[in-house]
Parts: sequence; C-alpha cells; structure tokens
Amino acid sequence: MSTQKKGWKDIPLGGACWKSSTEYKTGDWRSYKPVWNTEKCTRCMFCHIYCPEGAVKHNVETNEMVFDFDFCKGCGICANECPADAIEMVLEGKE
Amino acid sequence: MAKVEQKTVPLNGDNAVALAVKQCDVDVVAAYPITPQTIIVEKFSEYVADGEVDTAFVCVESEHTAMACSITASATGARVFTATASAGLALMHEMLGVASGCRAPIVMSVVNRALSAPINIHCDHSDAMSERDIGWLQIYAENSQEAYDSIIQAFKIAENLDVILPTMVGLDGFVLSHTLENVEVLPDQAVKNFVGTRQVPQVMNHKGDIVPFKLDPANPLTIGPLDLHDYYFEHKRQQEESMRKALEVIKKVHADYAKLSGRSYGNGLVEAYKLDDAEIAVVCIGSTAGTVKTVVDELREKGIKAGLLRLRTFRPLPVEDIVSNLAGKKAVAVMDRACSFGGNGGPLFHEIRHSVYDLADRPQLVNYIYGLGGRDIPPKLINRIYSTLQKIAQTGQVDKPIQFLGLRE
Repeated sequence: MSTQKKGWKDIPLGGACWKSSTEYKTGDWRSYKPVWNTEKCTRCMFCHIYCPEGAVKHNVETNEMVFDFDFCKGCGICANECPADAIEMVLEGKE
Repeated sequence: MAKVEQKTVPLNGDNAVALAVKQCDVDVVAAYPITPQTIIVEKFSEYVADGEVDTAFVCVESEHTAMACSITASATGARVFTATASAGLALMHEMLGVASGCRAPIVMSVVNRALSAPINIHCDHSDAMSERDIGWLQIYAENSQEAYDSIIQAFKIAENLDVILPTMVGLDGFVLSHTLENVEVLPDQAVKNFVGTRQVPQVMNHKGDIVPFKLDPANPLTIGPLDLHDYYFEHKRQQEESMRKALEVIKKVHADYAKLSGRSYGNGLVEAYKLDDAEIAVVCIGSTAGTVKTVVDELREKGIKAGLLRLRTFRPLPVEDIVSNLAGKKAVAVMDRACSFGGNGGPLFHEIRHSVYDLADRPQLVNYIYGLGGRDIPPKLINRIYSTLQKIAQTGQVDKPIQFLGLRE
C-alpha cells in the first residue's frame, strides 16, 4: 500500500479500487513457506492450478516450479494438493 | 415546471407504490413477497407480465437475495426498486449495509410491520427503526398519496450525485397498505421527465483512469472490496457526508415535485401543523399524524394551542428543523411506534430530546410508546396525550417521562 494515504475527500466512493491489487503484496501474511523438491516433482502443475494467488509458476527454460513470495500467503494448498509430496510447508525462517 | 393535470384513482398504499414504480422507468425489480407488502410485488409482476413495463423482474428465494440482486443490478448503473416488510427487512440486514457502503441508490418501500416473536403482521415501526444506523435514507409517508409521491421523489433523491445512497420509503402496514384512498396520479410522461435517467459519477479505477462509477466490461472496476483499518473509516466518513448533503437534496426535490403536482409535505423533511403559536405539541411519524391533526383541530376549536410536528424524513435527521419548530414550546410529547428495549425511551424520543437539548428554552419532553403490533391509536388516546401536555405546561412538572399508551395494565 502507499505510504502517503489519501483522506476521505480524495478517494473514490463505494470503495472503488483506485490501485491495482498487484501493488498489495500479501507475502508478509505468510508463516509457513512452501519448499519444493525437484526430485519428487512430476511437473503435473497441480500447484500452479490450485494456488489461489497465482503465485506458483513454471519456468519453461529451467523446468522449475517458481514461487512468488511477494504474494504467496503460505496457505499450503499447493502442498496439500501435490500428488507427489514434492512440496513441504516449513516454518518461515526454518527452511 | 408547471403543474400538470392529474387523474384521481382509488388506490391502496401498496398499489399506489406499485404504480409510482411503474411510472419511474425502473430497470430491475428483485423482490420477495411478504405481508403487508405483497400487493406491491403482485401488482408490479402483473405490469411485467402484461408488458406494461420493460423492467427485468427477478423472482428470488429470500429477501437477503432480493437485496443482493438489487445491489449488483444497481452497481451496473441500473435503476433498481425492491420492497419488503418486517422479517423481510430483518433478513436483509447484512445486505443493507453492503448497499449503502457500495453506494447503490436502490429505492425500497418498507411496509412497516411488527417484528416477531410473537408473530404479528400489523403495523409498527420496529422493522425500519432497527435499520436506523445502516446508512439508508428513511422517509415515512402519512397516507397513500404521500407514499406514491415519495417513491417518485426517492429515485431522484437517492440517485442525486451529491447523495448516491439507498433510500427507504416507509408506509404503515394495513393502515395505508390495504386501505383504499383517492390518490392523485401524475401522467406517465410527467413522472418519466421528472425522474429522468440515472446518472453515475466518475471515479478513478485501479489503472488511474477516470471511468464511470459502474460495473461495465468496457471499464473494469471493483466496488466494495476488502477495506481494512487503513481506508474503511474514510469510506464511512464519505457516507456521513452524503447523508448531510441529502438534507438539501430532499428539500429541493420535494419543492420541484410540488411545482409539478401541487402537493407538498412541509419542507420535505418535517411537516409542522398549527405549530407556530402552539404551546404544546406532539411529534410523530407516519399515518398516526392524520389522527393527530384531527385532534389538533378539535383542540384548537376549544382554544387550546396544540400543534403537531411530523417527521417525514428520519434519516438524515433534520436537526435544524426539529430545533426551530420546537423552540419555545412548553411541553412536547414524542410518539414512538417502536420500543428500544432497555433504552431510555423509544428511538424517535432519543433523537428529538437529543436535538433540543442545547436550546436555552427547551420544552419539557415526554415519550409515549404506542401502537405496537397494530394496536389502534384512536383520537381519545391522543387527547389524553394533549391533556397531559397541558398539565405539564401549567406545572412544569413531568411525572412519568416514558409511558405506554393504549396498553392494558
């Protein structure tokens, strides 16, 4: 969010969004972090599909799953859905 | 705007509302029938079925959905109407706050009815008074004519760019909703011209572009999303500002409508009846005012300086009009057709006594809670109020500030 916050006279009515949600980094909500295991992973893309934030992407060049920690909230859905147990949720700072 | 020729039509309050909605060129009606509002929904669905309107009529499974549907339709820039009563209004409660917060200028008639339990289908104001702080304008009609007139005015008030807030028009269940009355009806075209087409303001979107404030695939916009401690307070302050501005808008729309129809109700906010030189006065809302006026006439014939202040607009509260009309009165009785259980009197009493507190010569005030669940309020009970007021005016003493009128001990 912006550091200079607007007053009530300067914001749009009805809570209409005047900033893109991409500027709202939700990564700092996270307490558990997904740790990806390249050996176990079959690249089935379930994690990419299930992530509610669109924070898991596949890098075609390196054939790696990439987590965007600006937006990953640590919800653990990717780890829960992974059929290969290739994602482990680890307490932030203990990974 | 010149006065137009009108037809006199026998209508009950509900049919008068349905006809007004029909004439207001409404885009969407989403409603669920509930006594004593049912006739409005039935009649309007007939208009739709008979092709007399091009309104999209949405049959919903509950009042919560009726309001959800109304909000989303309104967010697209449509003109929206719905109607409810009692438990239906209570079921809408969550969505009412979404409507005001999303600045959806929906017009809704509330056919005032008691809340359960015990179950009761008759008139009191408990339903709408329970929604006092939900951010909706509240206008109450005294008779079916005024219900008709107020619906037409309500669209113009709610959609005014200084307001953009949802508006309730209250009419007393059965007393007005099911009682036949001669109603003067404007020509369709005159109403259509008066209400015009709904306008929307311009707002900044998430890209920083200035776009119309409506959901439109050509200009994507998000309305009413998550809003935490950083901006929620600012949005609530905006709503309060629009409520304040609505006071002037209501007066202006009411005055313009008076030129067109020849009918007016005080200044649109309050109606003072024989109040100028009155020493004692009653303050009330809704159809009871008609009975009070009859009693005032009788008392005046006896030389008693009695008057009435009818609050037509309850939200926003017309504080200045309340103060200027009650200043100098000796004794004032506030009639509440709702009970604020455990409170210091009824909801209207809170507002009136609070408003006049700063007057150096403030009147003595008493509160009468009456008519719950449709209990009749005949002239003799109103006479009793004025007798008590005379006593208070003479002695300056109030024995019981809060009383129940028409209740068996």
